[in-house]
Amino acid sequence: MLAESLFILLGTVSVVAALGMLIARNPVTSALWLILTLFCVAGLYLTLSAEFIAVVQVLVYAGAIMVLFLFVIMLLNLGALPQLEKMDWKKALGFVLCVIVLSQLVFIVATSLQLMPATATVAEDAGAATTIAKTLFTRHMLDFEMIGVLLLVATVGALMLAKRKFA
Amino acid sequence: MEIALSWYLGLSAVLFAIGVAGVLFRSNLIIILMSVELMLNAVNITLVALSQYMGEVSGQILVFFVMSVAAAEAAIGLAIVIAIFRNKLTVDVNNINLFKW
Amino acid sequence: MDISGAYDSILYDIAGGFSLLVLLLAGIVCIVWDIFENDEPVLPFVAAMACVVGIVWEVRNLDAGSSTVFYDSIRAYGLASYINITILLSALATVILSVPYLKRIKHGYGEVYALIVFATAGAVMMGTANSLVTVFVGLETMSISLYILAGLVRRDEGGIESALKYFLLGAFSTGFFLYGIALLYGATGTMYLPEMASGFIERGELTLLFWAGIALFFVGFLFKVSAVPFHMWTPDVYQGAPTPLTGYMSTASKAAAFAALVLVLYYGLAPMPVAAWQTALAVVALVTMVLGNLLALVQNNAKRMLAYSSIAHAGYVLVALTAGTSQGYAGAVYYLLIYSLMNIGAFGVMALLEWDDKEGRLQTIDSLAGIGFRKPLLGVAMGVFMFSLIGFPPFGGFFGKVAVFAPAIEAGYTWLAIAGVLASALSGYYYLRVLYVFWMRTEEQADPAVRARAFPVSFSSAAVVVTCALVLLVIGFIPYVRDLTQIYFDASVFATMP
Repeated sequence: MLAESLFILLGTVSVVAALGMLIARNPVTSALWLILTLFCVAGLYLTLSAEFIAVVQVLVYAGAIMVLFLFVIMLLNLGALPQLEKMDWKKALGFVLCVIVLSQLVFIVATSLQLMPATATVAEDAGAATTIAKTLFTRHMLDFEMIGVLLLVATVGALMLAKRKFA
Repeated sequence: MEIALSWYLGLSAVLFAIGVAGVLFRSNLIIILMSVELMLNAVNITLVALSQYMGEVSGQILVFFVMSVAAAEAAIGLAIVIAIFRNKLTVDVNNINLFKW
Repeated sequence: MDISGAYDSILYDIAGGFSLLVLLLAGIVCIVWDIFENDEPVLPFVAAMACVVGIVWEVRNLDAGSSTVFYDSIRAYGLASYINITILLSALATVILSVPYLKRIKHGYGEVYALIVFATAGAVMMGTANSLVTVFVGLETMSISLYILAGLVRRDEGGIESALKYFLLGAFSTGFFLYGIALLYGATGTMYLPEMASGFIERGELTLLFWAGIALFFVGFLFKVSAVPFHMWTPDVYQGAPTPLTGYMSTASKAAAFAALVLVLYYGLAPMPVAAWQTALAVVALVTMVLGNLLALVQNNAKRMLAYSSIAHAGYVLVALTAGTSQGYAGAVYYLLIYSLMNIGAFGVMALLEWDDKEGRLQTIDSLAGIGFRKPLLGVAMGVFMFSLIGFPPFGGFFGKVAVFAPAIEAGYTWLAIAGVLASALSGYYYLRVLYVFWMRTEEQADPAVRARAFPVSFSSAAVVVTCALVLLVIGFIPYVRDLTQIYFDASVFATMP
């Protein structure tokens, strides 16, 4: 019962905060709403007993990515010029499309519930850092190497694109 | 752990759709980028939930990689936004319309 | 879980993933070298050597039996070698063509070559992937490198806009792609392609979750290969990016994405009822061919025309995939090799004939009137590429088109093959128009800026263009290249179809 109420609380807050991000005029407000969503998602990982992923979620998203976002928003001084978004037919069409996709996804997910492959109860150690690390450094070692390269590429690329004078 | 798997998947679908809506509706580049991050997060919930309910760890490994990719995408995306801003003094997609077919 | 014996087979793994590891090493060498000697002129040589070493290694393994390495992460030997050769050839040509081009536009940074090499490593990983995790990681490494390369000339508003469009739509489609992977994972309980297939054979039923996953997965893929409902980014990105790198995007990255799609369809989904997505693929292929060719007709800008032409060619490959037979997959892989050669050549010629200092963004085809007489070598090579892209008999493109259309006819999609042939005939108009402008118009009709310009052609660039043209002349007459692809796709996989 506790787990269920926790899920409902975290889920509701995350959806409300995501909607807040969607409709906020000021980018800084948007970013703050998104941070709230991300924290709730980290909480959801804890209810799934995926502790390692939950910790990484807080470290990477709240600690690094969102700080970067806020930094750039303030660097460009965007808060000073909030713009009204105007609605046109293209966006209305997009919205209808969006609602259709959403309802389809919810329908599919809800109906395929009983068709899921036999689900075991949550393995207690599946979310532990040891299990993840062992798999990461054996079965997925090549992917892991490649992610290292990807982060190197991103570092070099961010410099190339954003440095004032690149040479 | 008595929460049904479908709750997690449904929540993930809702968050994903909000992210898609953000990309489609907002014209501020930075908010579009944040919406993409939200989409990736929504998928992560699905992956972790499926992985934990099936007792199979590779879903969580993918989540780990998705987070790294999200960080890399944020860095590159914001760098492009800065470069655009230097060029055109705007971060509004509606003002970025050089190409016409 | 005991991991004491985890790395026992590491030597075998290294041999299997040799070209990938060489690429990673070369990229890191480039980056580190560039720290000490900024924009060292040897760096492109390092990048090119990595490609050459990879190609030589893979050619030696073309006949070896296919296997998986690194804990089933990637495939090696056989089919994987064939795909790697396609990707590495495009990368090699790109590196060589980029050197004089980037020097001319004063952006010959050492980092560029490191990024090309890393993008190639990502492409190789994606094109030989054996699990969905690997597909995703390879795809992202490749894409992120390409976002940066598209925005290389950031002082130009076209360049940076091209990077922005590429990035936004790429990141957006990644979301769908990833959601597709997640749902497929939920429906099959595994990330590994062969296990997906065997799991299905055991269970014998498909859930709704699976179909939703497959649909989202295909949407993500079709974005990457620029098939028609999801093609709108392609012309803008191609037009604004530096020309040799545009060639790379249209060849190596597309070949990698299609190769990954072939692997997923063949190893992961083969035992499942193909008919279900055949119809969807057929419609996408038809619309892609027709719309790609029609929109290419009305383009004045050469790079934009080539962009729509590359959309149309994605449609031709989809025709082969629609067939869903081993011949179809073999034809698609063969077509990718030929398509890469002719497209990288065409973009190479356009890079050498560029005069507007805006990465060809403002340059019309008509402005190059009579250039064939001034630069006969490039003019003749362009003739070969254009005729080959149409699919004119003695050239490679013709044999490629036969390889993609014939399986569709065998599989009962005759109408699709006929549509493809008609679309190819339509494409003759805009491809031949390039040759008409190059050879049938006089130099006086050219833009004054073109007449004033010398268009120096370095030996290395000319060598690449001429080699591509020569290979296209003879490749159709070497049955070995075509037969190899047939051997890779063993029809027995399809025998298990229920």
